[in-house]
Amino acid sequence: MAEQNDKSSAVLDVQNLVKQFPVGKSKNVVNAINDVSFSIQAGETLGMVGESGSGKSTIARTVLRLTEPTSGQVRFRGTDLSTLSMKQIRPLRSDMQMVFQDPWSSLNPRMRIRQLIAEPLLLHERLSKSERLDRTEALAKRVHLSTELLNRFPSDLSGGQLQRVCIARAIATNPKLIILDEPTSSLDLSVRAGILELLEEIKQQTLAALLFISHDLGTVRLISDRIVVLYLGRIVEQAPAEALFEHPVHPYSQSLLSAHLPADPTAIVTRHILQGEVPSPINLPTGCAFHTRCPVMLDSCKKAVPALAEVDGEIPRQAACSRIADGRNWLNPEDAK
Amino acid sequence: MSLLDVQGLSTDFVSRDFGNRVRTANALNSVSFSIDRGEILGLVGETGAGKSLTAQTICGLLRPPARQVAGQVTFDGKNISAISDAELNKLRGKDIALVVQNPLTSLDPLSRVGDQLIRVHRAHNTVSVTAARERALEMLEAVGIPAPAERALAWPHELSGGMAQRVLIAMALMNQPKLLIADEPTTGLDVTVQAQILDLLTSLVNQLNMGAMIITHDLGVVAHYCQRIAVMYAGGIVETGSVKDIFAHPAHPYTQNLIAATPERLALGTAGQLGGAAPDLYNLPSGCHHRDRCRHSTDLCQTTPPNIELGASHSARCHFAKQFVEATDG
Repeated sequence: MAEQNDKSSAVLDVQNLVKQFPVGKSKNVVNAINDVSFSIQAGETLGMVGESGSGKSTIARTVLRLTEPTSGQVRFRGTDLSTLSMKQIRPLRSDMQMVFQDPWSSLNPRMRIRQLIAEPLLLHERLSKSERLDRTEALAKRVHLSTELLNRFPSDLSGGQLQRVCIARAIATNPKLIILDEPTSSLDLSVRAGILELLEEIKQQTLAALLFISHDLGTVRLISDRIVVLYLGRIVEQAPAEALFEHPVHPYSQSLLSAHLPADPTAIVTRHILQGEVPSPINLPTGCAFHTRCPVMLDSCKKAVPALAEVDGEIPRQAACSRIADGRNWLNPEDAK
Repeated sequence: MSLLDVQGLSTDFVSRDFGNRVRTANALNSVSFSIDRGEILGLVGETGAGKSLTAQTICGLLRPPARQVAGQVTFDGKNISAISDAELNKLRGKDIALVVQNPLTSLDPLSRVGDQLIRVHRAHNTVSVTAARERALEMLEAVGIPAPAERALAWPHELSGGMAQRVLIAMALMNQPKLLIADEPTTGLDVTVQAQILDLLTSLVNQLNMGAMIITHDLGVVAHYCQRIAVMYAGGIVETGSVKDIFAHPAHPYTQNLIAATPERLALGTAGQLGGAAPDLYNLPSGCHHRDRCRHSTDLCQTTPPNIELGASHSARCHFAKQFVEATDG
């Protein structure tokens, strides 16, 4: 996808998003998202990776305002969602859709597949009954779901088929933005491949912007144009998919991607094992949140939060690490070449 | 002699339908494989292929309606499918350890983590609580849990998924088993934690000369941590061999599809060759169970395919295995 840095044309533009959850009655807060900014263009897939607890799902929910942001801006096609009332947002919902991880629990078990797929049409579009039925069947065909299944209940379908139903529901109203939160994690390898092919097909047909959240690195690499890496609710690196996997620059990305196991016994895996555990998001470390585990940490890293800055090179990429400037950001010294 | 030798293992689910007629699901169909000491076998296959059931059958953990109907499991030279439950109890948790799926739901929620480890150790050894506690702390440390003395006092609900998984592995290793069976040990864990746990498993297998079986559907795990693979489909093993051989020269069409479906090999936008539902275990097709989903199926596939040897320890259950392997050389 062409990299356009024109913010105004972005389907989704998130600026300085912050989300804090209160902890009981104490004054402490869980810092789930800390100053996150990114944007997605039409027809682009942005992959989002990070360990559990890094804020991936919270970002997805906050972008759609299923969770209220603490501060920051979410611009969807130029409209700032964070200032709108729930009533004003509702008509926009047809343009932004979400597919969840677990298809078994995200579909009403007492509705037939036909009703489930027709539901978004009923809510968002004024159609006659016959038009709606036609659209439902067309949608089922688009997600390669046999129309015989339309009269069945969710319990009769397999996981892969149910996820196709969820995708059909998501694309029913021709959304401009689809957020996919771990859409393939609960599926078998061969079924997963089918869903990924379907998503690619839909992206090319509709030119929707896709936000693809997953902790399966192989899948993210395959489907994304660009990837952001999150650590403790902060973006540490942002780069085109291939560039990130070939040559991650942030020490955390290097370590995370080194744990990826390609399904190829001949691939050589050089692992960078981090010491210690991920710190608690209630008591974030000062300065760079990664400094407690970073092998190339300096004393200055404990004080100032490094900004997400452009990295010199042919490809557009940003990383938040103060060691990049002096070229000492590599966990494996041979990478420095 | 191999550590574990499984021959012709078959398990049925026998139930009755609404008309009170007996229905039989052939969940395992003559599964045969073996595991040597110091070796990790990866058992792969899709949901419902019978991976977990194989582990349960080996450990004698079947409950009705599941029933082992044929086959023999030989562990360390001893036929364990014929021995009594009391004798089996002496082996399970001691010489054969099983790490089950879902770490958070398989720990006893009502007792502290350390006490559970102590209980497992004392069930098989006459040792004092103090000695057992020492051993428990040692194992917790060995699986990479920081501050084991504190963690031993934690309740299962206080643990994260990765921690709980490590506790389960520590529990399995308490009695220095000869065979470790791990059912999806890293599914749902972060890649960084996954790598730590698998590294730990590998080093233990090498140190203690254990045999291990990892049940997974992640071919990346198999490619980097196992020496041999067994591919399961519809309750049978369709192909076994060394990891190198199978990734380079997959013989069975199902294995070929499985490997082609990994993200590394998937080329989006090209015509997919996948799909098809898993066969109905209540009504398995005659002959090759894969023939309804197979692109290459011919009339010959209506007869049961033989297990064709394709080289040292590489074999596949397909009439055309030899041709398919030759085709991968090109």
